[in-house]
Amino acid sequence: MAAEAARIAGEARDVGAVVTFAGICRGDGGRLAALELEYYPGMAEAEIGRIVEEAKARWPLSGVGVIHRYGRLEPGDNIVLVVTASSHRGDAFAAAEFLMDYLKTRAPFWKKEHLADRAGGWVEAAERDDVAVKRWSAAAAGRR
Amino acid sequence: MKILYFAWVRERTGRAEEELAPPASVTTVAELMDWLKARGPEYEFAFADAAAIRAAIDLTHVKHDAPISGAREIAFFPPMTGG
Repeated sequence: MAAEAARIAGEARDVGAVVTFAGICRGDGGRLAALELEYYPGMAEAEIGRIVEEAKARWPLSGVGVIHRYGRLEPGDNIVLVVTASSHRGDAFAAAEFLMDYLKTRAPFWKKEHLADRAGGWVEAAERDDVAVKRWSAAAAGRR
Repeated sequence: MKILYFAWVRERTGRAEEELAPPASVTTVAELMDWLKARGPEYEFAFADAAAIRAAIDLTHVKHDAPISGAREIAFFPPMTGG
């Protein structure tokens, strides 16, 4: 993670702020044995690319990086990494939140839980994520 | 056109993808879902709640009223849980 952040920040000029977010597989106190992430090859890359371009259009970013893993993950493993670099921290923080809100609702990945003691199931999309992503539409409208 | 299914939509239809040729009367994503439902009980089960299904045409999210003409690849899946 530190290496990725350094690479993204190092490629740019005038970097005053680097924000790094890591989404990690939670163990839920031993309940979860593993998480299986299914994804849509082709669309995942395209959608992540679109989300990154949208972030670059909204904020002055010197660098952006998104890494999203798929397949079998265990508690403690990184699932997603978002790095944003900018001259000022406000833009770096906002862009990182924006990227995560959009990744949560638009990136074609689906999590299936494998529990420690019984069969698991597909994780359901959280309403709070749909609520969170809507604020960026309102914010964009407010700026015009 | 290639139809792809993901997550529990894939589990319910029993397949990850297939090559299909819907009739010309099927012009939108919603109409395609109705046409797929008629193909068998597993499809009926997968598409029972249309509001719960998301769609993408040629790697781009679309609404259910989107036209399907010219589409090379249409995917159906539940709301996403990445990130």
